[in-house]
Amino acid sequence: MRKMRTQSAPWRAVAVLASVLLVGGVAACGNSDTGGGGSKDDGKITMGFSQVGAESGWRTANTTSIKESAAAAGIELKFDDAQQKQENQIKAIRNYIQQKVDVIAFSPVVESGWDTVLKEAKDAGIPVILTDRSVDSADKSLYKTFLGSDFVKEGRLAGEWLVEQKKSATGPVNIVELQGNTGAAPANDRKKGFGEAIAANPNLKIIASQPGDFTRAGGKQVMEQFLKANPKIDVLFAHNDDMGLGALEAITAAGKVPGKDITIITVDAVKDGMQALADGKFNFIAECSPLLGPQLMDLAKKVKAGETVPPRIETEETTFTTEQAKEALPTRKY
Amino acid sequence: MNDTKGRYRTLIGHRLFWPVAVLVAMLAANTIYRPGFLSIELKDGHLYGSPIDILRLSAPLILVALGMTLVISTGGIDLSVGSVCAISGAMACMYISKQPDQNSLAVVVTALAMALGVALVLGVWNGVLVAVIGIQPIIATLILMVAGRGLAQLITQGQIITINSGPFRSIGLGHLLTLPLAIFIALAAALLVAAFTRRTALGMIIESVGGNAEASRLAGIRSGRVIFLAYVVSAVCAAVAGFMMTANVSSADGNAVGLWVELDAILAVVIGGTSLAGGRFFLSGTILGALIIQTLTTTVYAMNISPQTSLLFKAVVVIAVCLIQAPAFRAKFSRRRRSAPPPPRPVADKPKEQVPA
Repeated sequence: MRKMRTQSAPWRAVAVLASVLLVGGVAACGNSDTGGGGSKDDGKITMGFSQVGAESGWRTANTTSIKESAAAAGIELKFDDAQQKQENQIKAIRNYIQQKVDVIAFSPVVESGWDTVLKEAKDAGIPVILTDRSVDSADKSLYKTFLGSDFVKEGRLAGEWLVEQKKSATGPVNIVELQGNTGAAPANDRKKGFGEAIAANPNLKIIASQPGDFTRAGGKQVMEQFLKANPKIDVLFAHNDDMGLGALEAITAAGKVPGKDITIITVDAVKDGMQALADGKFNFIAECSPLLGPQLMDLAKKVKAGETVPPRIETEETTFTTEQAKEALPTRKY
Repeated sequence: MNDTKGRYRTLIGHRLFWPVAVLVAMLAANTIYRPGFLSIELKDGHLYGSPIDILRLSAPLILVALGMTLVISTGGIDLSVGSVCAISGAMACMYISKQPDQNSLAVVVTALAMALGVALVLGVWNGVLVAVIGIQPIIATLILMVAGRGLAQLITQGQIITINSGPFRSIGLGHLLTLPLAIFIALAAALLVAAFTRRTALGMIIESVGGNAEASRLAGIRSGRVIFLAYVVSAVCAAVAGFMMTANVSSADGNAVGLWVELDAILAVVIGGTSLAGGRFFLSGTILGALIIQTLTTTVYAMNISPQTSLLFKAVVVIAVCLIQAPAFRAKFSRRRRSAPPPPRPVADKPKEQVPA
């Protein structure tokens, strides 16, 4: 908000020009629609969606899923890429309000600062659905529901699988952990869930834990030192596939066999990770699915029809072992 | 007796003494924490151990910092090196991934040549903005720092490009005489830069431009050309570093490759004794600075210092290195201890040369 007000004159001119063009474009669309029988009357739902950006393969798959399932569900989708900027998202949402779309959905770039624009949507009578990331508004009536992954659960599933695998272990099982960026929600929550689950067996112990920043290079560099500092490592838990993939190289270079000498558990299930799992280099992946498009379209229809929906809905996710990965890999979308 | 004292003083007074001392202290601390830290063994025909990791991982930083040293010496700064790393790595990986035979040497050479070509263009872009148009270096290179990340993502289409190419991989992970190939590449680049700057007048010309570009121009030096050249060299160094970073994990990640490496490089240059204000530069100091930074990172992992405190730990070490190196700080400190003030370090030719503490 504050940023918008302090924008310099040229930028304001550009913004005005852009919105004029946009409104013009929308009007043109509206005209052609009415020519074809009228979009409002045939019960077709229009959804405005504002995406965070295109920062990762995960996000790209997320965007594709939403676009494809909108087309499949017969929902007209107005898509906007905010390029990691909150002001872009606020602008996009205001545009959707002016265009009187039926449902607004968005993945918030940041958690805070949404109250004003969400209030505007509420006043205009347009339901809002949050996807993937949440907002910290105290007034929960500002949005209908939050559809996204439960990171704590992902960590817990990973931990529970390990507890099951090692239930007959008599000696200590040494675990090393590659965390995500320090302070990031997925890192904190996955660590928490995993820690809670392995507390069931006192033999399971995390002996070292360092951030690999969710990158392959980070995971590799940290794992190299873990391997040198700790002669006996039985299990690696990486907060995402990429760090696990980086660690694979470090483990091979140390003369150990990944998946056999060291059990590897990761989260995400992106394509390269699934391939490693199918090859037996990883042992278990807890999925963090970006394919929430179909669920989102279902929800959009429900809120449009006036049905009440639960305030928190988890993305449909699963877990993979090597056999399941081999089966799933050919039809994997990302 | 006097002779030993004199020699001791020359040693302490050497500008590389304190960085070396800090490096040795860090290695010693690691060895005390885990006696096996310095041990090196032979595995699969090459050396294996934490010191080798430090050498290999510091190679890209050494390269980036070399280019940065020249740029900083001209009184400028290059913030775009991280993005150039990402772009060149992405270009090379993208090209290789599209070829039927990724292991062919010709394919890899073509990929490297293409990516280097792009890096040259980016370097020329920076050089033109700074030396021809006259935009302040920090702003001029900020443009490419921000836009370059986007460009790298455009090339990779927002995905992580994984390749399986033996020759490309060896840039980051290959071995020569049982040591990592990457460190030889970095040292070769360092020798090349040293030969061009220290065996010819070029180094002094760069320093004089950094000291006072206008005065140098009036004295007959084409300041613009020298500055332009520094940015081109910096971009080429960054590109080669980008190859190493991507080859290290056999994949190009437009978001992560070379992220914040510009800050590490600037720090390496400063630890090495080159002033951010421009003027005299020290290549050996820069290399030492890069080694110190990588050793610091490796120490955090090897000692398993908790992520919450590791940033503070790094900050404390960096502050200590900078302070202990500053002649002004050391003089103040030793004067308080002894009543007789020691002879001050030879006064700099130009006030700009002093390292800001």
